[in-house]
Amino acid sequence: MATSPFWADLDWNVRPTEQGLLRRIHIDAPLLLGLLVLCGFGLMVLYSAGDQNLATVERQLVRLGIAFGLMLLIAQIPPTTLRRWSLGIYGVGVVMLIAVLIIGEIGKGAQRWLDLGVVRFQPSELLKLAVPMTVAWLLSQRPLPPRLLGILLAMMLTLFPVVLIAKQPDLGTSLLVASAGILVLFIAGLSWRMIIGLAIAAGALAPLLWMGMHDYQRDRVMTFLNPESDPLGTGYHIIQSQIAIGSGGISGKGWLNGTQSHLEFLPERHTDFIFAVIGEEFGFTGIVALLGLYLFIIFRGLMIAARAESNYDRLLAGGLTLVFFVYLFVNTGMVTGLLPVVGVPLPLISYGGTSMVTLMAGFGMLMAIETHKSKK
Amino acid sequence: MLEDSLEDRRREQRLVTVRAMVAAGFVLLGIGLILMRLTHLQMKMHEHFSVLSKDNRVKILPVSPTRGLIFDAQGALLAENHPSFSLELTIEKIDDLDATIAELAKLMPISEKDRARFERLKRQRMRFQAVPIRLNLTPTEVARFAVDSYRFPGVDVHAELIRTYPKAALTAHVLGYVGRINESELKSIDKGNYAGTNFIGKGGVEKAHEDLLHGRVGYQQVEVNARGRILRTLENTPPEPGQDLYLYLDTALQQAATEALGNRRGAVVAIDPRNGGVLALVSQPSFDPNLFVEGISQTDYDALLYSPDKPLYNRAVRGQYPPGSTVKPFIALGGLATGTINSRKGTYCPGYFSLPGQSHRFRCWRRGGHGTVNMREAIVQSCDVYFYSLANQMGIDKLHDFLATFGFGARTGVDISGELPGLLPSREWKERVRKQPWYPGETLIIGIGQGSFLATPIQLAAATATMANHGHFIQPRLGYASRVPGAPTAHKLPTVSQTLDVGDSSYWQTIIEDMAQVVEGARGTAKRIRSKDYRIAGKTGTAQVFTVGQKESYNAATTPERMRDHALFVAFAPVEDPRIAVAVIVENGGHGGSTAGPVARQVMDAYLVGSKLVQDQDQGEPHGD
Repeated sequence: MATSPFWADLDWNVRPTEQGLLRRIHIDAPLLLGLLVLCGFGLMVLYSAGDQNLATVERQLVRLGIAFGLMLLIAQIPPTTLRRWSLGIYGVGVVMLIAVLIIGEIGKGAQRWLDLGVVRFQPSELLKLAVPMTVAWLLSQRPLPPRLLGILLAMMLTLFPVVLIAKQPDLGTSLLVASAGILVLFIAGLSWRMIIGLAIAAGALAPLLWMGMHDYQRDRVMTFLNPESDPLGTGYHIIQSQIAIGSGGISGKGWLNGTQSHLEFLPERHTDFIFAVIGEEFGFTGIVALLGLYLFIIFRGLMIAARAESNYDRLLAGGLTLVFFVYLFVNTGMVTGLLPVVGVPLPLISYGGTSMVTLMAGFGMLMAIETHKSKK
Repeated sequence: MLEDSLEDRRREQRLVTVRAMVAAGFVLLGIGLILMRLTHLQMKMHEHFSVLSKDNRVKILPVSPTRGLIFDAQGALLAENHPSFSLELTIEKIDDLDATIAELAKLMPISEKDRARFERLKRQRMRFQAVPIRLNLTPTEVARFAVDSYRFPGVDVHAELIRTYPKAALTAHVLGYVGRINESELKSIDKGNYAGTNFIGKGGVEKAHEDLLHGRVGYQQVEVNARGRILRTLENTPPEPGQDLYLYLDTALQQAATEALGNRRGAVVAIDPRNGGVLALVSQPSFDPNLFVEGISQTDYDALLYSPDKPLYNRAVRGQYPPGSTVKPFIALGGLATGTINSRKGTYCPGYFSLPGQSHRFRCWRRGGHGTVNMREAIVQSCDVYFYSLANQMGIDKLHDFLATFGFGARTGVDISGELPGLLPSREWKERVRKQPWYPGETLIIGIGQGSFLATPIQLAAATATMANHGHFIQPRLGYASRVPGAPTAHKLPTVSQTLDVGDSSYWQTIIEDMAQVVEGARGTAKRIRSKDYRIAGKTGTAQVFTVGQKESYNAATTPERMRDHALFVAFAPVEDPRIAVAVIVENGGHGGSTAGPVARQVMDAYLVGSKLVQDQDQGEPHGD
């Protein structure tokens, strides 16, 4: 018994015809298990990073509840319906983005929120789902791999909202939205020649991007290149988070014992930099376990994509899963000093509701894709 | 058709599966990159980051030592440390300074004076150094702020010991005062030792004995958070407190000397010739040193700085006056010591002296002349012609060298900061500074203590004490002993002394008896201060403030007050067993005998006649040899 890992007991080869209880209510058991363990671990870390304030943990728990609820709700929607709605959701999202920009012009300053009276809402979050949905919808009209026209249309559908979001300015989200569109294209079989061509084009556009950046964004890039140049200014985050992670060593300082985080040296320790708290308190061992958990979720997502019924399902499932990975990679890369500081949270662990709701909605779609297969 | 479509669908599914697998490969690659980075940070660089993390949280905080107290000879407290609460702002930690101050003003009164001082100190501060906005908070104000302190990041109540001088103006010129360390002082001090200290001696004994009074800084190793809040103490090295200082100063005598001068401008220095201890050191007018401790307001400072009476000016050690006739006994001794004259030989005084072959008349203060006078008569009556002649015979070189042995023209080294050296002119000095040769006429003027010859009251007192001691010169000192707080015994501070050789030791007695006759003789210039209780040896002096022309005569009544002559008097008593030597200068006071003499007499009376009383009240602090 001890030799067989826990997933040996899981039902990996659930046939669409089999009708388990969870399956009947459109839940993918492995994905749900992975998400629950991850979120549970996240709450534990948050308790430590948030100065052992139970109120913080409770608020996060409420958000998690809402997000899981939304996930289960979306899982009930058949993918064919999602496909029909794709373009409509995209349209609504873009209109709201434009509205936010106009309000931002009037209010003078960064504007990301749309106040709908009852809830404040970030339209850019909606686009994280709408872009892969629309691109998947577009590319599934024709046989794969896509032809030039399809690629160009997909690029336009992606870049239009990306530019709007970048203007807010929100570099992190625009990066995630852009990657969502591109990753769907990749899953769709975009030819390697095109991929290389696009990479070269992106490289050529980099100086233009630099010119268009805000000062604080340039600062971040400069700081990334040389964090010691400004140890008390923009380099402070990176230096302190590396100290936190590095001083954690192999076994870590223990839960609730991280000096960097508890003595407030580590900025934004319960939001974007929570990964450093994990590194400090749980050490290399803890991080390997965490990354293993993420890997499990990502691989399950890719598996769902590979064996989905239709092209739309495959492209959407693959795109959403890979965006989840981009989240993870950008955040951990930033906190460990591999990438510049971009405001991307550690998915499902960082404190904050918006990205969590979007991510769980995405997992809801994955579950829908996995569980709504037509009986043979 | 259906076959084709099915084949297409299989192909598409294969394509997506392959892409998903490629993507999985990229995911593994990405995770691998992160793991590599973590291996680097958490394994290879672990030691390095552990040290950094410890450095982050462990801070070394200086703990300032308590400044030593200062006592007088009777054990009365002259400088103490008084606990005081102030409200301090660390400007670097405050986002909106004006708003914060406005909010604070709702909790406690913040006057214009407070704001002005804050602005001034703000400019002088170092980075992250807190600046006080309110001083001397009442307990109610401390409590009121404590309740609301969470609203004021960067604002703290700071408890510190504030130096206070209970005798205020009476001892201001002796003690000096302490004040906040300024930029220029920062350059000269040991920054480590002053890491936790805000105050430093700014003058007088406080500055001269700074090392002794300050002590050694202590350190605390504390754990702090990123905002610098101390969470706990890990290690503690307590500071070495500054040593308490016992002075020779006799506050009762200081009081008597101050009263003797009254509201006249001038200085009194009294020295115990037996040990060089400064018993009293008065410079009038004085000021309240307590004003300076927390930073004096510009208005108050200007009032002191620009007063025509110059209250900040320590006349006793910085006042450089022509010594006038008070140097005559020293010059007479020089005449004997160099073998230029003997004490019995007479000199004829017709009321003036002319150098051979020159028509210029150097006048005696008595226009009609003194007739033929010997050394005693010349000193007693202060005959100028006798000393013109003596100085002319000695020549400037011998005159300079002999007077220099009494300490003229050099700082005595008394432990009061800011002492000036006076000026004892010489041939070398004139060629160097004025780029002119020495003229014989100048030698004559030096002979009566005028011309470019300048001396400070402390120099005159020290020289007089040396005379009283038959040539045993002891450097004047205020500090008598120091004691580590709590230690059972005090440690006596060293003294510097040397003995002058005048060839024949009987010369001392000759001159001392001459000086006694100044007070006791029928024609003595200071006969009015003669005491029936003890014998006084003294010498009067008058220092010219401006030069009277050849054909004019000086008339005190018609001369504006500040242009009138300074009155000087030096004396010691009792003649047989000197216990006190005094130098007095009364600015624009006229004749030494009538103005400065009585001041000296009052001081000596207070010490010699009144001292019995003082000794009975002695509180037992160690004093005397």
